[in-house]
Amino acid sequence: MGGSYEYYRPATIDEAMALMEGSGGNGVYIAGGTDVMVLIRQKKLAPACLISLRNIGELAYLETGGGLTVGSAVTHDEIAKNAFIQRSYSALADATKKVGSLQIRNVATMGGNICNAAPSADTACPLLVLDASARIAGKGGERVVPLDEFFLGPNKVALEKGEILKGFAMPAFGEGTGSAYIKHTRREAMDLPMLGVAARVTIRVEGSEVGCRDAMCTIDTISNILKRFEDEGLVCEDARIAMGVVAPRPMRAKKAEEALKGKVISEKLLGEIGEIAASEAQPRDSIRGEAWYRRDMIQVLTGRAILRAVDRVIRPDDVIWPQRLW
Amino acid sequence: MKKEITFTLNNEKIMVEADPKWTLLYLLRDVLEMTGTKEGCGYGECGACTVIIDGKAVNSCLYPVMEAEGRNIVTIEGLMSRDGELDPLQKAFIDEGAVQCGFCIPGMIMSAKALLDGKKDPTDEDIKESIEGNLCRCTGYVKIIDAIKSVAGGR
Ligand SMILES: Cc1cc2nc3c(=O)[nH]c(=O)nc-3n(C[C@H](O)[C@H](O)[C@H](O)COP(=O)(O)OP(=O)(O)OC[C@H]3O[C@@H](n4cnc5c(N)ncnc54)[C@H](O)[C@@H]3O)c2cc1C
Ligand code: FES
Ligand code: FES
Repeated sequence: MGGSYEYYRPATIDEAMALMEGSGGNGVYIAGGTDVMVLIRQKKLAPACLISLRNIGELAYLETGGGLTVGSAVTHDEIAKNAFIQRSYSALADATKKVGSLQIRNVATMGGNICNAAPSADTACPLLVLDASARIAGKGGERVVPLDEFFLGPNKVALEKGEILKGFAMPAFGEGTGSAYIKHTRREAMDLPMLGVAARVTIRVEGSEVGCRDAMCTIDTISNILKRFEDEGLVCEDARIAMGVVAPRPMRAKKAEEALKGKVISEKLLGEIGEIAASEAQPRDSIRGEAWYRRDMIQVLTGRAILRAVDRVIRPDDVIWPQRLW
Repeated sequence: MKKEITFTLNNEKIMVEADPKWTLLYLLRDVLEMTGTKEGCGYGECGACTVIIDGKAVNSCLYPVMEAEGRNIVTIEGLMSRDGELDPLQKAFIDEGAVQCGFCIPGMIMSAKALLDGKKDPTDEDIKESIEGNLCRCTGYVKIIDAIKSVAGGR
């Protein structure tokens, strides 16, 4: 077991920042430790001290009134099992449910996932499509940075030395909004994504209700349901699309978003949107998958993520949902 | 420099001197010589080191020992009753033939225990989720899932 270090368990953010200053900036913050402890064991990190964020109550909040705010130290499992998040911020529940294993999710935090800034971080795409901003505590007080500006590059985020990510704030979305995240992996559990795609849409039907109207609706495929809406026009009012593992940092597919806004959603349109998203991606060859395959799959998964988001608006209470094919 | 920490281990309050750089797994196996908890990968991938901390299954190989302070920790050694009676889960693993080489089993049982402590009647999906972080190179998981189910059904 490599070099020695001290381990501190401060109870407040101020105490933690003071400890970091005392270490001359050579300390390392640790939350769930699932990245930090691995790096130390691999001898890629030799901290002067570890400053634990695990016992700071100020970082463990989860508030659901008028939007959603989640403290950085909230674990993936807490987020995944929160009924409000499952329903209203579904993309985030999709992503956190699929991180590592239950043992990892029981300790690993969303703050750690985002501060690590791996291009493959599962919660990054959902947070991007949910218009999240990062709340950051520093010496001068708190500042707020939109998540899109928080990621600077691989393992680089907009945190000054000593600053602590307090949490994330997401706005409340209106009626007719749904979101989804699709993690593309080789195995069901314990795998980093080869690709991740998140989508959020707000939809409206000309002069009528968005929703299921007959019994068949609960068992029909979403593409058939889209066809039923087609003549009335299922209009996409607002859209966000984000992709992971296709560039040095998680990114929005802004051209695809623009092309989707204001249009009547159809399978043909979704094929085109997928193509635009794929053209915005800059995937590389890696052990997890080759660039051409990633590009092809972006096209497919973008359409699927949008469909899944639409489905969640049309059939929010659907019980058979996990078995359905999109 | 070693530090004193106090926590509950298998229902007993203990105080130990620990080096801040240790993991909980190192304390358990190499210092306290409780070798029921296994080390497979050391990187959070295999689940052989799973213990229950405050009711939740956790990889002890990634758990900084200093975080044990004040917490309630249960290892595989804590499942047997004082008079030597095995836990229903342990019995079920034997009865269902869910054990081959046995290396993954302490971790498997602790994951399943955490599940059943929180949820008396888990679904098949719950059971699979509970052991998704536990690798077994021998059994193919079917009998392990059967064993957990047999206890969940309250047999
Ligand atoms: C077996 C295994 C499987 C995994 N599977 C996945 C997966 O499927 N998907 C995925 O995305 N990730 C995965 N990971 C990576 C990791 O678990 C996640 O990124 C996790 O969310 C990290 O959170 P943590 O709390 O453990 O971070 P830590 O290791 O505690 O911290 C990570 C980094 O963030 C910094 N940090 C943490 N919190 C703050 C804060 N509040 N303010 C400032 N800096 C902070 C730390 O200093 C450190 O640099 C896996 C890891 C393992 C070991
Ligand atoms: S030894 Fe801890 S997960 Fe493998
Ligand atoms: S019984 Fe051999 S690894 Fe599971």
